[in-house]
Amino acid sequence: MLAYALRRLVLAIPLLIGITFVSFVVIHLAPGDPTQIITGGDPSLVHDPKLYQQLIQEYGLDKPLHVQYWNWLKRLLRLDFGKSFAPHARPVLTMIGERLPITLLLNVVEMLIILALAVPIGVLSATRQYSTFDKITTMFVFVGFATPDFWLALLLMILFGIQLGWLPISGLRSMNAEYLSFWQQQWDFLSHLALPILVATFGGLAGFSRYMRQSMLEVVRQDYIQSARAKGLAERVVIGKHALRNALLPIVTILGLSLPGLIGGSVIVESIFAIPGMGQLMVQAAFERDYPVLMGNLVVVSTLTLFANLLADLAYSFVDPRIRVGRRRR
Amino acid sequence: MRSFWKAFKRNKLALIGGVVVACLALLAVLAPAISPWDPNRPDVKRILEPPSGRHLFGTDQLGRDVLSRMLYGSQVSLAVGFVSVGIAATIGILLGAAAGYHGGLVDAATMRLVDLMLVFPRFFLLLAVLAFLKPSIWTIMTVIGFTGWMGVARLVRAEFLALKEREFVMWSQSTGASAFRIIWRHILPNAMGPVLVAMTLGIPAAILTESGLSFLGLGVQPPRATWGNILNEGKDAIELAWWLSVYPGLAILVTVLSYNLLGEGIRDALDPRLRQSAGRVVSRSR
Repeated sequence: MLAYALRRLVLAIPLLIGITFVSFVVIHLAPGDPTQIITGGDPSLVHDPKLYQQLIQEYGLDKPLHVQYWNWLKRLLRLDFGKSFAPHARPVLTMIGERLPITLLLNVVEMLIILALAVPIGVLSATRQYSTFDKITTMFVFVGFATPDFWLALLLMILFGIQLGWLPISGLRSMNAEYLSFWQQQWDFLSHLALPILVATFGGLAGFSRYMRQSMLEVVRQDYIQSARAKGLAERVVIGKHALRNALLPIVTILGLSLPGLIGGSVIVESIFAIPGMGQLMVQAAFERDYPVLMGNLVVVSTLTLFANLLADLAYSFVDPRIRVGRRRR
Repeated sequence: MRSFWKAFKRNKLALIGGVVVACLALLAVLAPAISPWDPNRPDVKRILEPPSGRHLFGTDQLGRDVLSRMLYGSQVSLAVGFVSVGIAATIGILLGAAAGYHGGLVDAATMRLVDLMLVFPRFFLLLAVLAFLKPSIWTIMTVIGFTGWMGVARLVRAEFLALKEREFVMWSQSTGASAFRIIWRHILPNAMGPVLVAMTLGIPAAILTESGLSFLGLGVQPPRATWGNILNEGKDAIELAWWLSVYPGLAILVTVLSYNLLGEGIRDALDPRLRQSAGRVVSRSR
């Protein structure tokens, strides 16, 4: 197990370097001089030779690209992500540090809800294939796949936020949150999270319940399920224990594979509901062409995805020992 | 081909999907002829009018007809869907074929590149690129295409790995045919089935991505109407005009749903065994 984990960890190193390379290249391929971006295209600033020189010096823009990349990489290793181009010029790492916990919280809660619902839905529709329940969930899956999350968000905002007035539709706290008691504050926070989490869960739920159904359908056809039935075990035990355990295996892998998609979804959800997370930061930075923030965000988010993938792989090899001994997944 | 059609015909949902897809394409092409109003003509006297006989889907903040804007918007969705999938498929086929046919170092390098690209949450990558490019429909198509080829590359590679061991390929190798000829004339035509399915399912994914980007304001820019940027305007008027939010989203939903039904129908009719592998391509592209 340890050897396998180490091997996977070593294999992740080239990917990490790749992440920094892609992030650097993607942003530096763009036309236009970053100094123009920083000065906001204000000619009085651009034409001030002293400020211009200072900017070039500060960002090393007079050096060739590979030198710039190398310098940036060296600073990354010291966790120095540079400073934002915005007027406040705060360190990128601080900005990410403030926002990462919120995005992580959203994504973890979202994932737990998806799994808690998708597994029973998938099992039920697989064991009752072609029943009314199965047909309804299949329809839900197709609609779920096709529903744009930002549209769902708008509809829910209109319904629950505006027509019914039950739930807040923006931010994480009410304006008067300071004056509320402790428990009222928690309630306030939860009610702000309700709609974003509902929206973020919807699409993923469709996908996962589909996979769970598929996986369960494949498992119940296996010989060992037949023999479990043959030896007279109750159907509840056959499905709930023997079949479920095996059907969950591929779900672990799919969880790893769909992480980038789920995390990418935070961009839309956070910017609609004005939640101060990584996704919203990314959108703001894109509008302001704040390239230290963009690069920093890209590196952090993809590195986290990489390690989450790694964790999913390790979890898979933990529950399925066949993976560790030789036979590698393709 | 006949057996394909026979299997496909039995799938009612896929047929409906196909018909709706065809109708949508027709509406997009005919948009200039059938739009009741000029999509960009403002009418200050009729700002944010609810749906009526005059404006079936109501009007927006500038008094423009929402139905006409949606009809023109469907041109954008369709164009982005087809062109970006075309770009993605071209890159995917070239890299997948090279990796699968040559194996060895080429294969290892290509597959690591695929792994690398898949680590990036797509929307983050798209935003980083779009921040520095002039937003236009061409930029959007290209960027979506260049970030969406990994599924096809994996698919083509897997097909090539299986096909290159087959007798007909060995036979043409023994006659001294060039690698280029073998790849294009002999292997690729046999590998196109799953690729076509992945492309059909890639179109709705690209449409969703484009409308998401336009909704954020980083996609196709106003005044050119797209379903995404009408929804963006709808968000600003969310307390006043539900019709600005409801109809364009419904159009996206119906379009994406129809393409998905059609794509899954084609897949099941081509080869029921493909069911699972191609299903994973969909989820990844989301």
